[in-house]
Amino acid sequence: MTDTLWLSRRRFLKVMAGTAGALVVGIGSARADAPPVPLVLLGDTWSQVGPYLRVDADGRIFIGARDPDNGEGTATSLPRLIAEELDADWTRVVVMPLGLGVEDGNGEPRWLYGRQRSGQGDSIPTAWTDMRQAGALARSMLLQAAAQRLGVAAGQLRVENGTVIAPDGRRVTYGQLAEAASQLPVPDTVPRVKTPDRFHLIGQPVGDVDAHAVVTGKLIYAIDAADGDTMVAVLSRCPYPGGTLDTVDTGDTLKVKGVLQVIQLQPEAGQGLGMTALAPAVAVLAEDTWSALEGRKKLKLSWKPGSHPIPTLSDLEKQAQVSFDSPDALVTVLRDDGDAVGLLKKKGARRIDATYVQPWIAHAVAEPLSCTVRVDPDTSAVVTTASQAPRDAYTIVQRMTGLRASQIRIDVPRGGGAFGRRLLHDHLAEAMIIAMAEKPEPLRNRTIKVMWTRDEDLAHDAWRAPTIHRMSATIDQRKGITGWVQNMASPNRDLPAPARPWMSELVQDALPAGLVSNFRSNWYALDTPVPRGEWRGTPHLSHAFASESFIDEIANALKANPLDVRLRLLGEPRQLPYRGPGGPTVDTGRLVNVLRQVADRIGWQRWLHSETGLGLACYYVNGGYVAHAIEVVNKGNGQIDVIRAVCAVDVGQPVNPLGLEAQVMGGTFDALSTAMNLSITFRDGQVQQKNFHDYPIANAAQMPNDVEVIIVPSNAAPAGASVLAMPTAAPALANAVFRATAVRVRRLPLLREVARLS
Amino acid sequence: MQQSQVLQTPPTSEIKPEPVREGMELVVNGKRFRHTGDEALPLLWYLRDVLRLTGAKYGCDEGECGFCTVLVDGKAAQACRLTVGKLANKHVTTVEGLSKPDGSLHPLQQAWIDEDAVLCGYCQPGQLMAAADLLARKPDPSDADIDRIGTLCRCGSYPRVRKAIKRAAKAMRDAG
Ligand code: FES
Ligand code: FES
Repeated sequence: MTDTLWLSRRRFLKVMAGTAGALVVGIGSARADAPPVPLVLLGDTWSQVGPYLRVDADGRIFIGARDPDNGEGTATSLPRLIAEELDADWTRVVVMPLGLGVEDGNGEPRWLYGRQRSGQGDSIPTAWTDMRQAGALARSMLLQAAAQRLGVAAGQLRVENGTVIAPDGRRVTYGQLAEAASQLPVPDTVPRVKTPDRFHLIGQPVGDVDAHAVVTGKLIYAIDAADGDTMVAVLSRCPYPGGTLDTVDTGDTLKVKGVLQVIQLQPEAGQGLGMTALAPAVAVLAEDTWSALEGRKKLKLSWKPGSHPIPTLSDLEKQAQVSFDSPDALVTVLRDDGDAVGLLKKKGARRIDATYVQPWIAHAVAEPLSCTVRVDPDTSAVVTTASQAPRDAYTIVQRMTGLRASQIRIDVPRGGGAFGRRLLHDHLAEAMIIAMAEKPEPLRNRTIKVMWTRDEDLAHDAWRAPTIHRMSATIDQRKGITGWVQNMASPNRDLPAPARPWMSELVQDALPAGLVSNFRSNWYALDTPVPRGEWRGTPHLSHAFASESFIDEIANALKANPLDVRLRLLGEPRQLPYRGPGGPTVDTGRLVNVLRQVADRIGWQRWLHSETGLGLACYYVNGGYVAHAIEVVNKGNGQIDVIRAVCAVDVGQPVNPLGLEAQVMGGTFDALSTAMNLSITFRDGQVQQKNFHDYPIANAAQMPNDVEVIIVPSNAAPAGASVLAMPTAAPALANAVFRATAVRVRRLPLLREVARLS
Repeated sequence: MQQSQVLQTPPTSEIKPEPVREGMELVVNGKRFRHTGDEALPLLWYLRDVLRLTGAKYGCDEGECGFCTVLVDGKAAQACRLTVGKLANKHVTTVEGLSKPDGSLHPLQQAWIDEDAVLCGYCQPGQLMAAADLLARKPDPSDADIDRIGTLCRCGSYPRVRKAIKRAAKAMRDAG
């Protein structure tokens, strides 16, 4: 039997009987007229269970993790939400990563498991509203079954770790009840989810569900996937963004033992796939990875730069200066409150100006991009790749093959880091092109794995784009900040101009908007053909570095305590309107709280007299509140030692504090490492960085021994945490460095700049 | 008392020389393997593509990241920097060989789980093998010893890796 319970006009829960007496609950969306999972999935093969839970007769509880996990911890935290409502015994829970859920819907793909996107901070907020209800429904049906079996009203029963207990002490386990529960009609109303006082799993720390597989080497990442039939392709891509392949000589490559074929990839091949253009490339297809790598070394290729020259960062700075100073430049006004521009021009106004320059940054995911495909153009395509957006992967495969949804399978194993890079699927498109290219008979239909090497990873990224912020404020010793004009320039979405902004970069209400009554925020386009992408909270990182550094510069000009200046700016606790993710409002009181927490912890009263340097910053991002306090020691000669990092976060109800702490710790290190050392630079139209020796991700020795993480207790609906700690670490560091060295860093990477200015 | 039978030497025409054994042998996780292919094959790809032991990870191919760290005769080595030809009769241990044959975890693996040191997890096999080498040399490592490992973690799990190493070190000392 199956039965349906509507949660809203669009979403419903579906209850089904699985084989061998299992109770199965799925989450569906109204556009589907079939059950939320094909019935075949109700079989006993646990790997085929949908994004719901299944209670088996033996008491094991299978929970599907629907959103990809690339280290964000969602494979642990999302299933915890279901287990909580179910009052399940977590030790009996088996979590299964789910591939993409898609089926045919009259020629359109019908998504079975929701958005399935990760790393944009909405996995937990979404699951908070539907996954808990799936758990609550299963619990209420199991209780009903128990009531019938025990002859006791359901209201008198209680549940402990998956066992239902009657007032007289009789016990019956979920496993024993699963079959009976699966035969019951679903209740008429959605069972209420728990109030926070009854949580026993949510808010409790728990380790990552994949830890055992990782530490024993058994976890198969996409880069590890292979069958006995897999051929490996490595590519040599055009080093010039927008460039072309000029000459090719593959003679020596084809002589390398194990090399099977050399295939040219034309950039047009990637067009119409809903993605950024592919680089022209030559792929070496071989029996194994080493042969492919050796074959690639022997390629004799020459490339031609594209027609558009590649500006360096200093070229872009000049472009920005011209735009900022020219009344005719094309400008996008993001916000204009009061008369900030007028105040700046006023005679006798005390003004302060500073320009902040931030470079290109690469994702440098730990696990290099890779994708395994097995394609029979007439019947099937099976894809294995780490992805933050498997639906987009599906779209590429579908458009290239014309296959139906039922013929396409996208498996998404745990990924070795993502940070926005795995929103894009250029490696998948390459694998598909190679798979579908003309091949000698014995190679046809064999599995193909495309593996990116580290040099190609750095040179062919969709980088975090550079930004140039010119900040100008009018200040008054008594009134503080009276006006603020922010001019920001960043690369266009694509060429040719006119300006088409990278939409996610334009955060119109990012603070201090709303806090300064005369405030103006402008955006100008920079002209470069270099592709760009999302990078761990793209707009917030660069914006927070500029604004939170500038606040300290203002404090310094006013000879005031930077903490006091911030507290004054934030003012009384209140709700400010906020458009964009994390909106519709931001609570200044919660921001003040995290700021005070880090100041207390680091011992802020020392800030003026300490030999060391102390720095602060606070910010609001995707519904979460974050503040950092950083302490540094000036070792001379441009050497800086970060000795303490404190971070306070308020993300509402923490689902798994251990996972949250990991995200905050990791984000803090990434932001510090990036700000201190990293930049991608162009020379003669090419990326200069080749590997970790010149793109030096910080190791343990270069980082403080710990990040002191403060998690603010809260029952508010949870926000995502994967980018939470990113925005404030760098400005807090720069502010600390200023106290320790008197050098104000307005240009990243920081250590190079400290050395230059010291 | 047992009598040993004395065999007569067969006529020389019947003596066949042993065939020359090609390639070289090495021991991986306690099992002996014979490699007859190119001796310039890097150990990393031998492990991953030939033996299908994918615990050692590719990260940079130039000795920078440490994701590919394994033990060779008990000492940490980067599998991307070693060729198979140099490993005749050497003992290689990968993360798959760290736990006991009965599947029970090495104290380091247990400590990694207890400290929840896995973020994305990709670097962790390399971190574990480097830590195994460190603890073999220094049963009570200092922070500076741990810093010297240098294996990168893109996710920034360093504080937990540090705690896990210390936890495992203590467990191993306590166990004698
Ligand atoms: S892959 Fe061997 S050190 Fe990076
Ligand atoms: S856990 Fe992701 S690279 Fe270390």
